[in-house]
Amino acid sequence: MTWNHRHLLDLQSLSASEITSILDTARSFKTINERAVKRVPPLRGKTVVNLFVEPSTRTRISFELAALRLSADVINFTAESSSLKKGETLKDTLRNLEALNADFIILRHHASGAPHFLSRFAKAHIVNAGDGAHEHPTQGLLDAFTIREHKGRIAGLRVTILGDILYSRVARSNIWALLKLGAEVTLAGPSTLVPRVFEQWGCRVTWDLRKALEGADVVNLLRIQHERQRVTMFPNLGEYTAHFGLNSQRMAWVKPDALIMHPGPINRGVEIESDVADGHQSVILEQVNNGLAVRMAVLFLLNGGRGPEAVEDGSKSPTRAFGETQTSK
Amino acid sequence: MRNLVLNGESLELTLLRMAHEIAESNIPGDDLVLVGIQRGGVSVARRLNPLLSSILGISIPLGTLDVTMHRDDLDWHRVPEMHPTEIPFDLDSRNVVLIDDVLYHGRTVRAALDALHELGRPKCVQLAVLIDRGHRKLPIHADFVGKQIPTQTQERVFVRLGSDPGTGEVWLAKPSPSGS
Repeated sequence: MTWNHRHLLDLQSLSASEITSILDTARSFKTINERAVKRVPPLRGKTVVNLFVEPSTRTRISFELAALRLSADVINFTAESSSLKKGETLKDTLRNLEALNADFIILRHHASGAPHFLSRFAKAHIVNAGDGAHEHPTQGLLDAFTIREHKGRIAGLRVTILGDILYSRVARSNIWALLKLGAEVTLAGPSTLVPRVFEQWGCRVTWDLRKALEGADVVNLLRIQHERQRVTMFPNLGEYTAHFGLNSQRMAWVKPDALIMHPGPINRGVEIESDVADGHQSVILEQVNNGLAVRMAVLFLLNGGRGPEAVEDGSKSPTRAFGETQTSK
Repeated sequence: MRNLVLNGESLELTLLRMAHEIAESNIPGDDLVLVGIQRGGVSVARRLNPLLSSILGISIPLGTLDVTMHRDDLDWHRVPEMHPTEIPFDLDSRNVVLIDDVLYHGRTVRAALDALHELGRPKCVQLAVLIDRGHRKLPIHADFVGKQIPTQTQERVFVRLGSDPGTGEVWLAKPSPSGS
């Protein structure tokens, strides 16, 4: 298959094989992050602009480091310090950045669809780093990558996404990636934050925590997004914790080898208790580490413009015994 | 159509001769380190290492180098296949013998020199290859060559190398007239 995308705007429009190609590429890039020298030259001479209209620390740092490790030049552009404050339109900001020969624009914006809007006339590659409550594709990819790395597959796994689904772009990107790769997705949380409309996407919706956790292979907890809720959707945080917080007693409901995930930043004592967040089933910090490899893979593939063919090249790797290599030139 | 170039027995003798040649130009071998280029070169390096160690009577450090991202002919349209770069020793002031299986255009070796340069500053770098098939596109030559074989560009050299002494083979595949 070939990679035909110049931009990464969402996961909804990607095919399962395209998502798998990104994950395979990320697996390769992860080996670089384990080396003594963690920098390689493929994006030498390219300029990556982090255009973060909505504040973010971890995603911006992750993209910045990913670009630096591929030897690109990086410019960070935040709304507080920019001309957007002075009334410049997003389109004009893009044109100015392109006049400076930006090759990649990593956009974080509070408006859903902002990266799609820019992609209509951008010459640079646009990467969605989170748009409103719509999608956060690299987070969905790194979560899928982490699950696949631990479980060896995604198809057939039971994944529960717990918390604020309604306002969560992380949930949406996760849902698309997981459904396309064949997982069974259960959404759970307070009924006000987990509308049944998601059943139309092919998810199971439940407001009963025990039902949501029983038999789960993976539990992905989402942060309660105070900043995106127009009105309070549940009485108070204490009540949320009492009904939906993950603690060590409730861990008995999931499978013994279930993974506990969280996109961060975690609210200790609200959606997750400290001994669960720091427990042996938690892969929260691995997610951060994998995010770097996934973002390197995305920048790499977009730069190629066209995508990877099958990983296995029949002429290159016929059946061979363990510990044996066969190469041809 | 395929022609056998080296069988298990002749391959072992070739490696033994290469080990002697490397030892001869690196006596006493205190600063000698081997770096195999992923992936084929690593297999050659793993076979050469015990031979060299026994000739010189000291253990020779062995590292691996992945050069995928340093290539100037990087294929952007494929999922890049990368392997570990593990150099568990200091390269500075060492005599590095860079090892690959087949020397062809010389692009892999150029990429390897770049990748090596990022990790340290060796005293000198020598190149050992099991097969030199000609057709260089860069000013690169090998210091130690297992076997030189004249080839045509449409032919392919296959190296299959096990980890046990006396195993493996090298053959030259000619394109069949039907073109398949």
